[in-house]
Amino acid sequence: MVTSEDYGQFETAWCPGCGNFGILKALKQALAASDLAPNQVLLVSGIGQAAKTPHYLRCNCFNGLHGRSLPAATGAALANPELKVVVTSGDGCHYGEGGNHFLAALRRNVDLTVLVHDNQIYGLTKGQASPTSLEGMHTKAQPDGVHSYPFNPVAVAVSCHAGLVARGYAGEVEHLAGLIQLGLAHRGLALIDILQPCVSFNKLNTYQWYGQRVYKLGAEHDPGDWEAAIKLSYEFGERIPLGVIYENQRLAFQDHYSVLQKGPLARQAVDHGILAQVMEGFF
Amino acid sequence: MQRESLNIMIGGEAGQGLVTIGQILAKALVRSGYWIVVSQSYMSRVRGGHNTFTIRASAQPLDGPREGVDLLVALNQETLDLHQGELAPGSRVLADRGLSCAAAPCLNVPYAELAEERYLNTVAVGVAGGLLGLAPGLLQELLSAQLHKLSDQVKAENQQALGAALAWLKKQPHDFAPLPPAKEQGRRLMLSGNEAIALGALAGGLKFLAFYPMTPSTSIALTVIAQAQKMGVATEQAEDELAAVNMALGAAYAGAPAMVCTSGGGYALMTEGLSLAGMSETPLVIALAMRPGPATGLPTRSEQGDLNFALYGGHGEFPRAALTPGTVEECFAAGARALRLAEDFQTPVFILTDQFLADSYRAVQPFDLGAIQPVRPGGLEPGPDYQRYALTDSGVSPRALPGFGPGLVVADSDEHGQDGHISEDLALRVVMQDKRLRKHKGLQEAVWPPVFSGPEEAELLLVSWGSSRGPVAEAARGLAAQGRQAATCHFGQVWPLDPAQFLERFQRAGQVVVVEGNAGGQFAGLLRRETGFAAHRLITRYDGLNFTPEYILRQLAE
Repeated sequence: MVTSEDYGQFETAWCPGCGNFGILKALKQALAASDLAPNQVLLVSGIGQAAKTPHYLRCNCFNGLHGRSLPAATGAALANPELKVVVTSGDGCHYGEGGNHFLAALRRNVDLTVLVHDNQIYGLTKGQASPTSLEGMHTKAQPDGVHSYPFNPVAVAVSCHAGLVARGYAGEVEHLAGLIQLGLAHRGLALIDILQPCVSFNKLNTYQWYGQRVYKLGAEHDPGDWEAAIKLSYEFGERIPLGVIYENQRLAFQDHYSVLQKGPLARQAVDHGILAQVMEGFF
Repeated sequence: MQRESLNIMIGGEAGQGLVTIGQILAKALVRSGYWIVVSQSYMSRVRGGHNTFTIRASAQPLDGPREGVDLLVALNQETLDLHQGELAPGSRVLADRGLSCAAAPCLNVPYAELAEERYLNTVAVGVAGGLLGLAPGLLQELLSAQLHKLSDQVKAENQQALGAALAWLKKQPHDFAPLPPAKEQGRRLMLSGNEAIALGALAGGLKFLAFYPMTPSTSIALTVIAQAQKMGVATEQAEDELAAVNMALGAAYAGAPAMVCTSGGGYALMTEGLSLAGMSETPLVIALAMRPGPATGLPTRSEQGDLNFALYGGHGEFPRAALTPGTVEECFAAGARALRLAEDFQTPVFILTDQFLADSYRAVQPFDLGAIQPVRPGGLEPGPDYQRYALTDSGVSPRALPGFGPGLVVADSDEHGQDGHISEDLALRVVMQDKRLRKHKGLQEAVWPPVFSGPEEAELLLVSWGSSRGPVAEAARGLAAQGRQAATCHFGQVWPLDPAQFLERFQRAGQVVVVEGNAGGQFAGLLRRETGFAAHRLITRYDGLNFTPEYILRQLAE
């Protein structure tokens, strides 16, 4: 029986009150509730405050480059299908620097649990707009306000038929842990966009701001209904839905590879006899 | 007239099937015991334009291509117009009756009478193969093999076209002198440089390949993909080169020996990941097939212009190695060797090739697969106290795989401690940087030594790396025939360098000439920087074409 404590307690470089603490707690709870031991789990991250998460719990970790966590996670998942691969990074990493990788990962439907710590701001670089910053938000880099329309990751993920698309909130830890657990159980790409207040730099989207708007989806929403999911994915204003927006049973990317049905590639010997047969084709 | 070697050029538009003609003729020559060197020249377009496939063939072993054309298979007027001036004494042109040969020694082929237009290239195979004295049965067999996926009717009509072409040629009076018969050579493979890199990598334990298509590297990926299922390799066409290199690193971290293949612009995007390979100490093989830059440059032509970029690409300082095969056999060896070096030293390793070698088919002896020990990560089980970056004298930390034991494997792009966790302890930074850079010494001890050929006391020493090896070897033979004391030195690996392996002999040579396919003399510069030795002369080429012995001799005579 795995417990949250198995994942350890570490000192962090996060600001007091940061939404990351709630996400970290929910992640540990979900991993424990899924009965996954630390050595079975690989956390892959990019760069940013959110991307430091793998350093703050016991797990295998590949802390790579800004924006590149999804390709690295895809490679690892294709090398060892027995690893439970979880990706954890921020909105800048996934939706900005790694935008092309985000689109490609949704389309591939790689069996990954992707947690996006979406605080609608760049925290580690001290407060510039992110792809999800709301229009008009003022920052030192956008003194006249943000001019670009905000990126809608949930709508994009639903439109690409990602395996599971959900929205969580760092202020609702138990609910979020439940979503992450669903993501871990889903065979395919599970995107969990997590609303997360940045207490240091985002003075607009605060705990109070989110608290007044979020509500939990009930049984009235059917995540299997793609059109309803698309419609719901555009609800982001006075009310913001939390929960599973969309889910399908598309084949996970890994399941297309017959070679992965035989387990980790590192356990499969190189067969020079077969290569000798291959060479016959070149005579 | 007996020929020492024969140049067969097939020219036409993209889409006319000239590569198919060339491949069948080349394979027929190889099966008949001849040696070949193929040079392909093509434009960056799918249809139209002007492309050539040139086979140099000989009953004796060959090192490189030659200039001049002995048999020109002209599929259009443009080929005739562009290449008439290259025709050698005793040459022939095969051209459709409708084409204007002017003064060229033409054999006008009535293509339309011999077969339907769509079988034009089969007729060309028949006429050219007949002139070369290739056995009709062999041509029939190779044509069948080429068409194995098509319907029986198409196969039959092709064989009819081939038969008609051979029968027509018999009735034509001509005095074209083919090559002397070749000795029986046993079974040999016909491989291009890129195919050999791919097969070498498979022999060396490749388990993962990611790529974004880019000429002239794509055929490495396609060769691996064609065998991936059989050989237990996972492959993916990535959304861009940034993704390709990071996928490879993720796969390598998780235990799959990994390679990416690309060309200059794609490699430019990969340099970010290259640096990550250096910092995270993740094995990575980058097969970099060079073409002329800057920017998009000449996308389908050849150059050796990215040596400096390979050696210095990536931010920060980290060890690396660069293999520069000069023959198809060396390409195969480099494919396996690069994976071995990357795994043993947990750092990026390059295979530098170029369009000429990438697309150059040669006849090669079967490889001794038993001599290659494939890399096999995962032998070490991570224990509870496992530290991914444990300090060692060699700088190489024992590498365990995530999920292969109770311990945890922590890899980081930030500076980190031995446990892999992020650290901003500045004293530790120095310790870890020194650890990584210590691996250079091991890489240097493992370097492939340069290969010398010719007299010890040379009046002239021609130095090559990569694909210029063959043309340099032929140029040196030409000089020896003139009574010159010419020697060659080929670097199949240009980084790291071990001056003890070559410097003394360079200093003894009368004149050292570096021959490289770029404008600036990048390898000559590297030699000078690393050893203080300044080459006496540089022969460069950067017009998009490969070296030929004639080009080198002309430059030397200037």
